[in-house]
Amino acid sequence: MPETIEKVAIRLKVNGKPHSLQVEPRKLLVELLREDLDLTGTHVGCDTTYCGACTVLMNGAAVKSCTMFAVQADGAEILTVEGLEKDGKLHPIQAAFGDSYGLQCGYCTPGLMLSTAQLLANNQQPSDAQIRKAIAGNTCRCTGYQNIFKAIQRAAQTVKGA
Amino acid sequence: MYPRAFHYHRAGSLTEAVTMLSQLGDDAKLLAGGQSLIPLMKLRFANPGHLVDLNFISGTSYIQEEDGGLRFGALTRHAEIADSALAAKIPIVHDCAAGIADVQVRNRGTIGGSLAEADPSGDWAVVLMTLATEVRCLGTNGERTVPLAGFVKDAYTTALAHDELVSEVRVKIPAKGSGGAYIAFKRSAPVYPTASAAVQLTMDGDVCKDAAIVLGCVGLTAIKVTDAEVALRGHSFTDKAIKAAMEAASAAADPQSDMRGSADYKRTLVGALVKRAIEAASHRARGEQVEVSHIYA
Repeated sequence: MPETIEKVAIRLKVNGKPHSLQVEPRKLLVELLREDLDLTGTHVGCDTTYCGACTVLMNGAAVKSCTMFAVQADGAEILTVEGLEKDGKLHPIQAAFGDSYGLQCGYCTPGLMLSTAQLLANNQQPSDAQIRKAIAGNTCRCTGYQNIFKAIQRAAQTVKGA
Repeated sequence: MYPRAFHYHRAGSLTEAVTMLSQLGDDAKLLAGGQSLIPLMKLRFANPGHLVDLNFISGTSYIQEEDGGLRFGALTRHAEIADSALAAKIPIVHDCAAGIADVQVRNRGTIGGSLAEADPSGDWAVVLMTLATEVRCLGTNGERTVPLAGFVKDAYTTALAHDELVSEVRVKIPAKGSGGAYIAFKRSAPVYPTASAAVQLTMDGDVCKDAAIVLGCVGLTAIKVTDAEVALRGHSFTDKAIKAAMEAASAAADPQSDMRGSADYKRTLVGALVKRAIEAASHRARGEQVEVSHIYA
């Protein structure tokens, strides 16, 4: 084990807010978000790159924040579930998940909503197959996915109409 | 889960990265997409004392066409390849990129990292072995070109020296009349396939002029099935010829029993995947559109 590990200075924007931090290299992005920035909406599920509960957007691309070191997010813009809501108003994706009962325990929901955000940013008329493919990296153990699927269809309608 | 503590080095160029590897010695590893390495480090199966991060080097992610081939920068993400019109000139390459794991992993994982990792269950080596593929390797003494077949030596072992890295992957675009298909059988998106088969066929009417057949996840490396290729070459696709190719594939497979299935099951499965891939590839070789790549149990 190396005796002293140098911390690394990083700057990043999270939900539009700039941060300058000194981080230990082995700190994972999800831990930076949850522990240093107190953004606990991003969840740790499997911690092994399987379940997608920790999904956030990095420069618009969905990533598993348990499978990135925080130092790799230097200079990046991160969007977490806390950044979806604007001025006290739910994002259309959040509203659609509520309206379609697209969640039960809610543990996987932030990750699913951010995977949905990447999908709808690039494609506002996703086919059924495209929706399924977009959330294939997000595991839900409650819903059986049907209502999540409906929520994404509903969100696509709202986003398209907006 | 925290990995063991390590020193972090951010390379400004690929040349600087190999210099760092050379100076830091065996305790240093490269960080590309990190989608295999970081989980291994969290589980403490890999415990490097130094990580050299390649992700901040500009100009390492690109897809270019040159002299009838495609050149992929080592840090080109799977998602970039999946979305590339140029990469779609080789349908089997598009299919591979678009089907690896899930959206999140494809956004991070890289073609160079995948080849250099040489995971027996990785997708890229299986697909690229059916094509004329060369790996450009950069070391402290300059760059060299290694044919893919000679690049992958064993499970997690490549021709790379410790202070070498993959700088580029070059793939020849198959001639007209050639078509390929890659079918990986998975239990869910994020997991590695249970077994996979890549087939590239060159057809002259109904007769197969050339065939390349490679299996994945059923041995320590991707397995090129010469006997199956011979069974097809010079023949039209009768039930008998396809059955011979399937049997050759099952015989060449050397799978391990694990949580994804027993060795017997995988041997049978890979034969069936070869059959499906032959059918899809032969349609594509005739210019017909066929949608097939990763399938889920």
